[in-house]
Amino acid sequence: MNKFIPTIVSRPQSSNLMNVLVPVIAVILTLLTGSIIFSIMGFNPFFALHTFFISPISTSYGISELLVKATPLALIAIGLAFCFKNNIYNIGAEGQLTMGAIFGGGIGIYFYDTNAFWLLPLMILGGAIGGALWAMIPALLKTKFNTNEILTSLMLVYVALLILDYLVVGPWKDPLGYSFPKTRQFSESGRMPLLFSGLRVHFGLIITLVLIFFSWFIFSKTIFGFQLKVSGYSPTAARYAGFSQNILVYLAFGICGAFAGIAGLSEVSGPIGLLYRDISPNYGFTAIIVAFLGRLHPIGIIFASLIIALTYLGAEDAQLFMQIPAAVGFVFQGLILFYLLGADLLVNYKLGFNK
Amino acid sequence: MDFELLYGIVKIILIATTPLVFAGIGELVTEKSGVLNLGVEGMMLVGAVTAFVTLVITGNYILAFTFSILSGVIMSSLFAFLVLILMSNQIATGLALTIFGIGLSSMIGKNYIGTPIEGLSPWFFVIFSFVIVFFISYFFYKTKAGLILRAVGESHNSAHALGYGVLKIRFCSIIFGGAMCALAGSYMSICYAPMWQENMTAGRGWIALALVVFATWKPGRILIGAYIFGGVSILQMNFQAWGLSLPGQFFNMAPYLATLIVLVLISSNKLRVKLSAPAALTIPFFKGR
Repeated sequence: MNKFIPTIVSRPQSSNLMNVLVPVIAVILTLLTGSIIFSIMGFNPFFALHTFFISPISTSYGISELLVKATPLALIAIGLAFCFKNNIYNIGAEGQLTMGAIFGGGIGIYFYDTNAFWLLPLMILGGAIGGALWAMIPALLKTKFNTNEILTSLMLVYVALLILDYLVVGPWKDPLGYSFPKTRQFSESGRMPLLFSGLRVHFGLIITLVLIFFSWFIFSKTIFGFQLKVSGYSPTAARYAGFSQNILVYLAFGICGAFAGIAGLSEVSGPIGLLYRDISPNYGFTAIIVAFLGRLHPIGIIFASLIIALTYLGAEDAQLFMQIPAAVGFVFQGLILFYLLGADLLVNYKLGFNK
Repeated sequence: MDFELLYGIVKIILIATTPLVFAGIGELVTEKSGVLNLGVEGMMLVGAVTAFVTLVITGNYILAFTFSILSGVIMSSLFAFLVLILMSNQIATGLALTIFGIGLSSMIGKNYIGTPIEGLSPWFFVIFSFVIVFFISYFFYKTKAGLILRAVGESHNSAHALGYGVLKIRFCSIIFGGAMCALAGSYMSICYAPMWQENMTAGRGWIALALVVFATWKPGRILIGAYIFGGVSILQMNFQAWGLSLPGQFFNMAPYLATLIVLVLISSNKLRVKLSAPAALTIPFFKGR
């Protein structure tokens, strides 16, 4: 009996092949699990998976929606890569996104009747600054007071959401909006230009792609990228080489916060056009999964953001056509991450069978 | 201040703080064995919805709590399998557990939002929360099993060399943590609220994680920390009632800001955290090395 139970043997060197293959395995296992869950719920699994993963992207409108959802996910995830590469666990991107939307969106509301070419760039800058400032708080607390950044960055998410709530029901409320908790519309020049008429995919996608390229450049061509990598693999080696861990913490948090802030601004000035309570369906948290699934690598993150964006669209369709609550999307996202983390074993270890 | 009012405030603080004590002490036991489980919030939510749905369907309180605790055991076994057998990254796996739990709970509870139930009196659980903290304290510092559990959390290699089953002990600690988190969740949906709402724990799972740091991994201090947080979040409601004019959202920030401040105060002394945290926290154990 015992010979059928594999033993875990450590590999002399981590496997590059497995590093690429494991995310694929995770997605396939998630699909298998999904079809089992759907069968238990009494649906034809092929019909369910088709509704969930194929039909949402079978039209050009669907593809555009996929890109709309993938835009913020990929941008936040590449920002998180700066932190995670260095073992900094910033999980408060949702708060940084919210602050970016507040800062950038605030500019848009202040200039609600202005139409000028400088408005959108100013709002984007505001979004980046808002997100970066909010991310500086956990960075400061970590470097100055040795405080665990997981808990501080997360607490700040709740604070940011409450500030947004206060603004949209209080001082920034649309004076003509009756009692709805929302602000005025941004002016036309404060909106992200659409890339194709009739489709919602917007200029934010271009910003995301440019920033992903920028990140790839930093990761692979600059000393800062090298320092991030070294201090992630071996903090001792980094200290010995004289890299300042504190500066790395500030830079990683700052870049991640700025990216998340821009993602938040591009949501409110793209598809939404004003500020209200629910500007993000957990993009900041879901981007953590995207970052891991994409292996913190720019190309990987692009693919991962498309896959995870599909779970959002699929969940919406499943709610519409199969009366399954849209939260099933989050269940799938959690499953993907479970399988990914579990299968990660194969990168550094292999399974041996007793003969 | 008249006695009636004071009595009322103390009563509300006791009722509101109990779930923090349950989740905090559960996570403390898990961390004492050297495992960090960030899935507290997710396990609390799944526990809450399981208890609520079971109660609505069967009308039986005992079944509701049993199933809820079972759900916590299942969720934490999943986590235990990943981090102990497959040696996955504990931080990422805990996050996955929370995301999964948020999704699963809102999926299960979708049709039960707003369903009225007969709430249960919280006093049994309030007393039980004190008993369990005392029991864990006794277990850690007066029994051999408690000493072994702490040894596993400090140095798994030494414990293994002495012949103790590191993985078995960690597995039990994780399961206990999961069961306590589910109990905290079921208390919230059946005694405290009593109702089901998406994300109804509102960050209490994360505050429980902060409590463990605040308590510097000592069971008795979980109570002190929990009652400070409970007090802050109840007093903010009273400030509001006393007519302090600030928008409600700023009062609602109080527990999160209090958590931040307390974390800063505790962590600023680097040595204190280093000396009191279990030395093997988040480090996986691999026998074949």
